[in-house]
Amino acid sequence: MDQNKKVFELKKIAKSFDGEQILKGIDLDIHEKEFVTLLGPSGCGKTTTLRIIGGFVTPDSGDVLFLGKRINDIPPYKRKVNTVFQKYALFPHLDVFENVAFGLRLVKTPEKEIVQRVREMLALVNLSGFESRRVDLLSGGQQQRVAIARALVNRPNVLLLDEPLGALDLKLRKEMQIELKRIQQSLGITFVYVTHDQEEALTMSDTVVVMNEGRIQQIGTPQDIYNEPANAFTASFIGESNIISGIMHRDRLVEFAGRNYECVDGGFAKDEPVDIVVRPEDVEIAPATSEFLCGTVKDVIFKGVHYEMHVACNDFMWRVQSTDFTPVGAEVGLRITPEDIHIMHRTTYGGEKG
Amino acid sequence: MTKGRRKLSGVYIALMLLFLYLPIFVLIVFSFNSSKGYSWTGFSWKWYKELFSNELILHSLKNTLIIAAIASVASTVLGAAAAVGVFSMKNKTLKGAINNVTNLPLVSPEIVMGISLMLLFSFARMSGGFLSLVISHISFCVPSVYFSVLPKLRQMNGNLYEAALDLGCTPPRAFMKVVLPEIMPGIITGFLMAFTYSLDDFVVSYFTAGNVQTLSITIYSMVKKRVSPEINALSTILFVVVLMILLVTNVRSIKKERAKEKKMMKI
Repeated sequence: MDQNKKVFELKKIAKSFDGEQILKGIDLDIHEKEFVTLLGPSGCGKTTTLRIIGGFVTPDSGDVLFLGKRINDIPPYKRKVNTVFQKYALFPHLDVFENVAFGLRLVKTPEKEIVQRVREMLALVNLSGFESRRVDLLSGGQQQRVAIARALVNRPNVLLLDEPLGALDLKLRKEMQIELKRIQQSLGITFVYVTHDQEEALTMSDTVVVMNEGRIQQIGTPQDIYNEPANAFTASFIGESNIISGIMHRDRLVEFAGRNYECVDGGFAKDEPVDIVVRPEDVEIAPATSEFLCGTVKDVIFKGVHYEMHVACNDFMWRVQSTDFTPVGAEVGLRITPEDIHIMHRTTYGGEKG
Repeated sequence: MTKGRRKLSGVYIALMLLFLYLPIFVLIVFSFNSSKGYSWTGFSWKWYKELFSNELILHSLKNTLIIAAIASVASTVLGAAAAVGVFSMKNKTLKGAINNVTNLPLVSPEIVMGISLMLLFSFARMSGGFLSLVISHISFCVPSVYFSVLPKLRQMNGNLYEAALDLGCTPPRAFMKVVLPEIMPGIITGFLMAFTYSLDDFVVSYFTAGNVQTLSITIYSMVKKRVSPEINALSTILFVVVLMILLVTNVRSIKKERAKEKKMMKI
């Protein structure tokens, strides 16, 4: 993606509301045709970041650049950006056709072109034949599609989506995820997507921006974010994981849970305290011998594809996923291979660890 | 148990309707009485004919209608604008304060309104008359419009206005194209309420009218001398007019519901 043109650049953006600092210096580049997801827990500043891009919020400090030009003070109606709002925000007094045609009518598009472009858009979102329906009588998923069509019909450079699938049920959400990705690829428009759902972020994005407490924690591809989390926050927020503190004795040798492990990371100071992430699916159940870290199975839950269990080793509770059933109370060993040990620099973040 | 309770509530409703509407029913019946007293002597249009040849009543009816028209239009514009403005205010304390102050005229006794307005006008060296009447009517009509528009704004999806901006509307245009249609039902209800309030106001008018005759003041002065059946006829007409307004607004909303249901069925 890096060879592409930058559409939006956010430089050192800060924003406070009522004395509370929501954004504490956001630096972010958004490229052409990129699907960027801002991911984080509620209150992390992801929606505020989106609203700054859309022009609904002016940053206290820092710059917003659009195709290289500073646009801090340009109001939303002069930006070539359109938004799909969280609660759709369709106009209830207009039917489906007029909702989609709204933006086109404002710029006095010829009627013939309006009809053609609205039809095209409705076909794109699979709503052909719904033109004269009232929007408040559509299902949630249909309203969502109208909102997307209404935004995209204006051919924006960037489409902003604020948790657009939050109100839909699980099955519909999965369908819409695939649908959105298809639309984005077929139109070649930049999407900036806000969600707190890590699975959604991993499924659709080219780039995931993990945010917490007004700061960007990590920017990377879904694979990077999942496999090489930059810190304990990202690791705990993206997928389930075991995060344990340890000491990096030297390159490729780390100590945690009272044992020395071979690993694949390097470049740390000698005996640097670090955080270690091991994904539950990477921990393998082995015989309880001195060769492995040993513990007792505390509980087992059947999850469909696998069993999820908690194994207590000394004072740390390991999350383990396995397709084989192990009874509660069994003594087991935990096999952790070098490639599955991810080592991160310590950060101030302390939640959910242990 | 439930049967008994149902019977009891039936009796209650019957009594309530009786007390509310029997006097009006009697009034309507006697407006068609051919003689003056309260014994039925036969049907006639006599009092209606006399009513429409009574210059004083016709003149005050004209005044009342003009005042009601001006006051209701002005208070609709003011009240709706105030509701929109206060709704989008960020300062919550100020917002609450304004809401309470606006609520005062609705909850305070009319006589207080009347006397205080009279004092205000004499303080401002404004003699009672047409202008003072219109101003005082506007002042007690604005809250009713304000409080019928405000809930519509609260019900509105907060992102609607932003969505209009996002699609290219300038702020005034976004208001006209999106916010106004959303709050229109509230504005219409407020307007009708303001019109009826102004139409049948007596207390406030009495203190601020000076020598301008409004319908309620004329009726009051006529009753002081003697009860004329013309007043029965006039009251009947007023009752029917107000009833019509209510019916029209209710039928309108019922029709809308029906249309909605019909569309639902189609889907």
